[in-house]
Amino acid sequence: MSVATRMAPATLGLGTLVVVGAALEALIRGGAINRYIVPLPSQVLLAFERIVVEENVVHRFLLTTAETLVAGALITIVGVALGLLLNRVHLLRAACETWVAAFASAPIVLMYPLFLVIFGRSAVTIVMMGFVAALPPVILKTLEGLAATRSVLVNVGRSFNLTPAQMFWKIMLPAALPTMFVGLRLGLIFAMINIVGVEFLINFGGLGQLINELAERYDLPGTYAAIGFVVLVSVLFFYVTERIERWLRPA
Amino acid sequence: MSAPTAISADVRTSAQQVGFVGVENIVKRFVTPEGTVCAVDDVSFDVRRGEFLSIIGPSGCGKSTLFNIIGGLLGDYEGRVTVGGETIRGTHAAIGMVFQEESTFPWRNVLENVAFPLEISGLPKAERHERARHFIGLVGLDGFERRHPAELSGGMRQRVAIARTLAAAPQILLMDEPFAALDEQTRLLLGDKVLQIQQSLKQTTLLITHNITEAVQLSDRILVMTYRPGRVKRIVDIELPRPRTSEIVSSTAFGHHVAEIWNDLREEASRGMRDEEAHARHRGAL
Repeated sequence: MSVATRMAPATLGLGTLVVVGAALEALIRGGAINRYIVPLPSQVLLAFERIVVEENVVHRFLLTTAETLVAGALITIVGVALGLLLNRVHLLRAACETWVAAFASAPIVLMYPLFLVIFGRSAVTIVMMGFVAALPPVILKTLEGLAATRSVLVNVGRSFNLTPAQMFWKIMLPAALPTMFVGLRLGLIFAMINIVGVEFLINFGGLGQLINELAERYDLPGTYAAIGFVVLVSVLFFYVTERIERWLRPA
Repeated sequence: MSAPTAISADVRTSAQQVGFVGVENIVKRFVTPEGTVCAVDDVSFDVRRGEFLSIIGPSGCGKSTLFNIIGGLLGDYEGRVTVGGETIRGTHAAIGMVFQEESTFPWRNVLENVAFPLEISGLPKAERHERARHFIGLVGLDGFERRHPAELSGGMRQRVAIARTLAAAPQILLMDEPFAALDEQTRLLLGDKVLQIQQSLKQTTLLITHNITEAVQLSDRILVMTYRPGRVKRIVDIELPRPRTSEIVSSTAFGHHVAEIWNDLREEASRGMRDEEAHARHRGAL
């Protein structure tokens, strides 16, 4: 594959962003979009440097990243374990799967006052909110991945007299990994949205609090630039999970 | 999951004369919403050591049920399966299975796929890779060791599956329509490859198939089954010279055997077709 072919997707993506930004800039400058509601993209770009220097955004970025990372570790451990349990105990699966699915669509973020009472106005509340909100997709996708393991692969394992542990580690888990990683990626997105949301609501911690402060100051370019950093956290986690998945399952 | 059982040497010697694999009075019934269905009814036959026996029959005759029973994947049946004169229940180290569906592990490359049973048996990495390379060469896939199944054709993937089974050094190779998903040319050429391997390893082989040409090309004997319930209709000796290649399909003797088997199968296949049509009509009427 040539360098040009390899770079084509990134170039197209970046090019699209530039074109949309330029179009938006033209529409705002032309008066088609109110500049007091949507800031000029050029001002947002300039605000990146300002919020790095004046608002200590790197520290807040690292704080939100760390909170997402802890919530991510928790959903991986607890979510995968619960998925395995539901896959193993059919009665439990039949009893709980619908509830877990219903839980996935519940607006967990509105439960933040309860979490504040339990954990106080601290990073623990923020992480726990992210963890609880992100758990259902990890459980459901772990369950789906394990249940969808092709029976012929299990039969190959049986024909080689695999022990139950070998069957799980050598066949079931690698076969389920792609679906499980879909759940983990979804879970991380859910966790990050809730973490930033709670930071915003309780005015505490990382990027969510900064967005709250900038919005209250009506610093719209700064607010959008801070949202850009939230997107960066998401991109970072997406990239890392993709690398881990490729390392665990090469093809 | 049962542990593999060993076969004693004295039993092996006597088994060479009477049949290495014995299938005795096997009956298997399935409970369905429409009632109990007898899939296999009183099936008995022997396979001699080093023999290539094919089981042929129309769809729904219980071929795959027999495959699963002999391979130990299916329990709760009447009768018994013996290897070297000893009754076996469950999977057995002497039996290696090749499945109809694509069964390579997509997350492992060719070398790791073939080395899988050796990894399970605890062989050191260098040794198992060396042995895996031998079997990869045997199925003609040298140079593809680092490729993943997604990068291979269907025929190549099936060869990987065969090499993986052979790597476990089974005394009996049990194959369930391994070439069913392949085109006719690939099927004939892969048949050549299987023949070469079987003739060089002198492996006892049991092939489940619905393809008459394939069965005649490869087998010493062909067991023809009836449509549901599956019973032994006839066992036909294939008296074609060995070593064979796919070129044999153009010989008169080959054509004679194909016609002979088809004569046996035609009535069963027609019965199966009529039965399926009746079922479809019944479902439509509901």
